[in-house]
Amino acid sequence: MGKSTLLRSLSGVQPVLDGEISILNTSLKDLSPETLAQTISVVLTEQPISKNLSVTELIALGRQPYTNWIGTLSKLDKEKISEAITLVNLELLKGKRCFELSDGQLQKVLIARALAQDTPLIILDEPTTHLDMYHQAYVLKLLKKLTTETNKSILFATHEINLALQLCDKLIVMTKDFVHIGTPTELINKNVLSSIFPSDLIYFDNASVSFKIKT
Amino acid sequence: MPTAKNYKALLVILVFVMIFMALLNVSLGSVKIPFKDIFNILFQQSETNESWQYIILEYRLPKVFTAILTGSGLAVSGLLMQTLFRNPLAGPYVLGLSSGASLGVALVIMGATFFGGTAAAILVSKWSLVIASSLGSLLVLLAVLMASAKLRDTMAILIIGLMFASLTAAVVSVLAYFSPAAQLQQYIFWSFGSLGNLSWQEVAILSCFWFLGILIAISCIKNLNTLLLGEQYARSLGVKISRNRFLIIIATSLLAGSITAFAGPIAFVGLAVPHLIRQVIPTNDHRTLIPSVILGGAILMLACDIAAQMPGSEYTLPINAITSLIGAPVVIWLLIRKQKFIF
Repeated sequence: MGKSTLLRSLSGVQPVLDGEISILNTSLKDLSPETLAQTISVVLTEQPISKNLSVTELIALGRQPYTNWIGTLSKLDKEKISEAITLVNLELLKGKRCFELSDGQLQKVLIARALAQDTPLIILDEPTTHLDMYHQAYVLKLLKKLTTETNKSILFATHEINLALQLCDKLIVMTKDFVHIGTPTELINKNVLSSIFPSDLIYFDNASVSFKIKT
Repeated sequence: MPTAKNYKALLVILVFVMIFMALLNVSLGSVKIPFKDIFNILFQQSETNESWQYIILEYRLPKVFTAILTGSGLAVSGLLMQTLFRNPLAGPYVLGLSSGASLGVALVIMGATFFGGTAAAILVSKWSLVIASSLGSLLVLLAVLMASAKLRDTMAILIIGLMFASLTAAVVSVLAYFSPAAQLQQYIFWSFGSLGNLSWQEVAILSCFWFLGILIAISCIKNLNTLLLGEQYARSLGVKISRNRFLIIIATSLLAGSITAFAGPIAFVGLAVPHLIRQVIPTNDHRTLIPSVILGGAILMLACDIAAQMPGSEYTLPINAITSLIGAPVVIWLLIRKQKFIF
């Protein structure tokens, strides 16, 4: 319910419908496009990305907010790029072109690009769609690892509540009628999760902290 | 991007190919002039045959410059449009510029008969065609800019450009239907395009527009590279999308509009050269792409002009036919050879 709208508003890609958004005590609309690009990076799916770009080229584009008028990469830029490549484990893929990659690999490359942008906040819109269960877990674990290793905040939208419950520090649950924010335990204790879906098919099992199909 | 260095050598080769083609172009034509005399005339070494001197300095040399300016200008505007719209089928004329120019010229040539004989004589001169063509392009450009200021979606501009093309084509065909054969022929000859009719003064004016357009294109290089990720990513990387779009449209219009005004609507070069160059220099970096399409466009145009003169004969074929006749099979061959086309 309105996940994408929320994320797009938060990341400044879309004008806000109502209210005010601020980051690091500054209102989003007071930030210049350049500063905003150095504060929030995004990972979006299904964009018309040129598949001819090599992995390194794509990640290098994450440095655009820092480069000069023609986009020359400085020594620091190159360091940040190789740092991002190492963090996401892309050494073996960095010479490949995007059309040679699987969906999961491309997702990793896009995450590395956001890392290279070196922002305190990374916003991802459904980073796990089109991925199989293994790669969903892989991407989300990667995100978890990045929060601890790079000290960045990561906010993402997902339908994979079971996975999110296991990995996230805080969740925002959005339904048509209500919005709840809290840690997984808080949400479970408040019985928020069991009221998300109509109860005729699935139910929330507190013991295993996951949704189960009614038998 | 790490591979940029390897392409420098290729660029240097392209520069030499272009110079060679330019010299070849000057030396070929319906009048045979020995190479030694051409050299003497070009570098004003010694007195030579006066009519040869005239042919070289007042006809062939301006034509070479026109070929270089039109080829490179169209190629750059084609590249700009392909990147802006993220569409391999885009070319310099997708905004409807050439349609606007055609309408302007058609109104002058074919509409002149409606204003009577004397008006027709005044109206149909070289300069009035240039002005009519520019005004036509400008009108379409203003309409596209107004639309682009209102629209958030870049793709819609592409469709609006196509609609303008259909509209103007319809008006032109109505005009053509009521026009006498002589006027019709004159209009059709204009639409064939021609490199050979430009005086030095006109070449100078054209090159001013060329420089301005290329300068704006160069100033957009960084944003063009960012646009390869799509507009949403570009916005998240700090690109001011509508301002950037405006600049790219202005650069394309300056280049394609002025070229159409002076040389007619030259087809194909703008669409094909960026693809040809990407086959030779497989890069996405506009820092390499822009100089290479400038050279590639100039080379292709010079080659087409040589072919159009049909060396050894007295006839000259329309340049517009040659660009497609040579260019289309080359692009088809390159794509078939590669089998996989990724844009």
